[in-house]
Amino acid sequence: MSTPSAAVPPERPETVYFFGTCLVDLFYPQAGLAGMELLKRQGLRVVFPQDQTCCGQPARNCGFFEEARAVARAQFDAFPEPWPIVVPSGSCAGMMRVHYPQLFADQPDRERAEAFAARIYELSWFLVHVLDCKLADHGEPVTVTWHASCHSMREMGVTDEPKRLLRSLENVTLVENPRERECCGFGGTFSVRQPEVSAAMVADKIDALRSTGATEMVTGDCGCLMNITGALDRMGGKAGPPLRGRHLAEFLLERSDDR
Amino acid sequence: MTADVQTGAGAPKAGSFAERAHLALDDKPLRANFRRAMDGLMAKRAAQFPDAADLAALRARGAAIKERALARLPDLLEQLEARCTGNGIKVHWAETTDEANRIVLGIFREHGVKTVVKGKSMVSEEMHLNAFLGEHGIQAIESDLGEYIIQLAGEMPSHIVMPCIHKNKGQIGALFAEHIEGQRYTEDVDELTAAARRVLRDRFAEADAGISGVNFAVAETGTLVLVENEGNGRLSTTLPPLHVAVMGIEKLVETLDDIPPLLALLPRSATGQPITTYVNMITSPRREGEKDGPREVHLVLLDNGRTRVYADPELRETLRCIRCGACMNHCPVYARVGGHTYDAVYPGPIGKILTPQIAGLDAAGDLPHASSLCNACVEVCPVKIPIADILVRLRREAVRPSASNAVKGAGGGWTLSESSAWAGWKWLHANPVLYRLGSRALALAGNLIPAGLPPLKAWTSVRSKPKFAPRTLHQLARDKGFDDA
Repeated sequence: MSTPSAAVPPERPETVYFFGTCLVDLFYPQAGLAGMELLKRQGLRVVFPQDQTCCGQPARNCGFFEEARAVARAQFDAFPEPWPIVVPSGSCAGMMRVHYPQLFADQPDRERAEAFAARIYELSWFLVHVLDCKLADHGEPVTVTWHASCHSMREMGVTDEPKRLLRSLENVTLVENPRERECCGFGGTFSVRQPEVSAAMVADKIDALRSTGATEMVTGDCGCLMNITGALDRMGGKAGPPLRGRHLAEFLLERSDDR
Repeated sequence: MTADVQTGAGAPKAGSFAERAHLALDDKPLRANFRRAMDGLMAKRAAQFPDAADLAALRARGAAIKERALARLPDLLEQLEARCTGNGIKVHWAETTDEANRIVLGIFREHGVKTVVKGKSMVSEEMHLNAFLGEHGIQAIESDLGEYIIQLAGEMPSHIVMPCIHKNKGQIGALFAEHIEGQRYTEDVDELTAAARRVLRDRFAEADAGISGVNFAVAETGTLVLVENEGNGRLSTTLPPLHVAVMGIEKLVETLDDIPPLLALLPRSATGQPITTYVNMITSPRREGEKDGPREVHLVLLDNGRTRVYADPELRETLRCIRCGACMNHCPVYARVGGHTYDAVYPGPIGKILTPQIAGLDAAGDLPHASSLCNACVEVCPVKIPIADILVRLRREAVRPSASNAVKGAGGGWTLSESSAWAGWKWLHANPVLYRLGSRALALAGNLIPAGLPPLKAWTSVRSKPKFAPRTLHQLARDKGFDDA
């Protein structure tokens, strides 16, 4: 079911796995590193299996279930210990937590998929609910707006957690954008199958983000990040004042860094 | 009096969803009309459900009622037939829309019907009933204001609850000035409504028969429940001497007790109203000694592929739909392109899953792909239909048909290039060593890939080309000393 998967916060673990996601791996490795660093600073041992690749969502969403399962099975092998798996993306987390059990419902390795799914946590949720993360703010005053990813909200049940982290920073003013709950138009292959509808969606999203007067847009999903910053970049300065986009982990790490 | 009322199914449309979307996106008034309307409807619905826990409980109840009814559908349909017949309602069964149309025509011919007033009914749209009757010399006039307007314009509904939501008052004013005798151009809503009322009042009085849909049919009592706001549904079903109701076979509930929770969900989800102005419950024709009501009532039950959908437990969830349109109101795609872009009787998210199941994937296979899978529809559906999961299921059916054989035209919706692309993708991502080699190669040389190649070409039409980082996270994690195991 595509409903928020309510998770009970587990005991604070000593070790966690980090699942980097393929977009982070190839395009935003700094966001991934920042996520791992944040977890490490909370006193955890962070393990990054070199055998991890992709959650399989692109194939699943296009209807290629067999291919998605093959890639999912490779992840089961790459994360063998029973440690929590922290993911800096609501979308990939949703795929693994919500859709793996469906994808393997009639497969011999169903139980393995379910056990794997139960270990999946979205990064901001994990920071708030499991680690009760408190961050000092060493940055200059800044106004930011939060872009919520659809799958974070609606599959992982992550709504207020990232905003709580942002609000906890002393010099950060968070301004909510009027279309926070509306899709930015990425949707994986949707953005290339329906490029014009997707373009209309991202244009409206950018208008909403800009209407806040924020200079930074922070998000927890690199798909949305790539879509929004790519469109912002293409518009150049002509469509409004500069608006920078970053992943939450990168933003939080930079603010809390006193070096 | 009205001039040329059209009965056609609307102007011809371009071939694919993307092509039609292109036209819609260019239509500035259309985009503004939808944006304004959908924003308003979202706000109204939100105001109706201030308490998240209450809403969750109500949705769970709504879903359970429909699920319970569907689980016993064959039995309940028999019970409905028996109760209706006992109450004096004549029941007819139609497997196809053509059969349903012929049944309706047969009833009308038997009674020498020439003119008909129609309440709003999506099943009648599914049957293209007006056009069919028109071809056989019977004029059916839509009596719901929105339906009346699009009938004047010769269009299809663009929304299942608010069929002319794509038009603004200026466009409606122009339409009325053109088609209604003696009507000047105005944007005054009261005057426009009065003009339509003036025309329609006579029609109710003159009509030989009335047609309606059915929102819920109660098996226990043989009651047809109809919700509406304008009173036209009540007039269409009581004033003429003959009433024909058409419904899809999934619109059943078990008992009268099931009705209040569903009525607490339907209008609040649809239009943000606590309840509709009228709730009609029809149980029989005019009884001995009663002063009004039709002398004869018929109920036409339409299958049109529903039993095929019903046979598959996952797809069956589609049939829980109570036609509130909340999924459309909250869909970011629908809000931008409008209902006509779907070129289907049922547009929006529910249409994207229902249409391919009824019409077949070969006819409507691109609809399941016209979604970013943002799940906004799933979040608001009052009966908790997992629309996004079914969209993905239909995408899978397009690639490889399932054993249940529930979806027509399955298995033909892939191209060799797409299928090879996914085979290659799997090969690369299911083999960690290959993945590391491939991703390092992309980090080194990926930025040389020309932007003109598909799918980058579509991406870069409005966005800059994504930049591969010089080193992958795999490499950086190792450099920074993060453990591998």
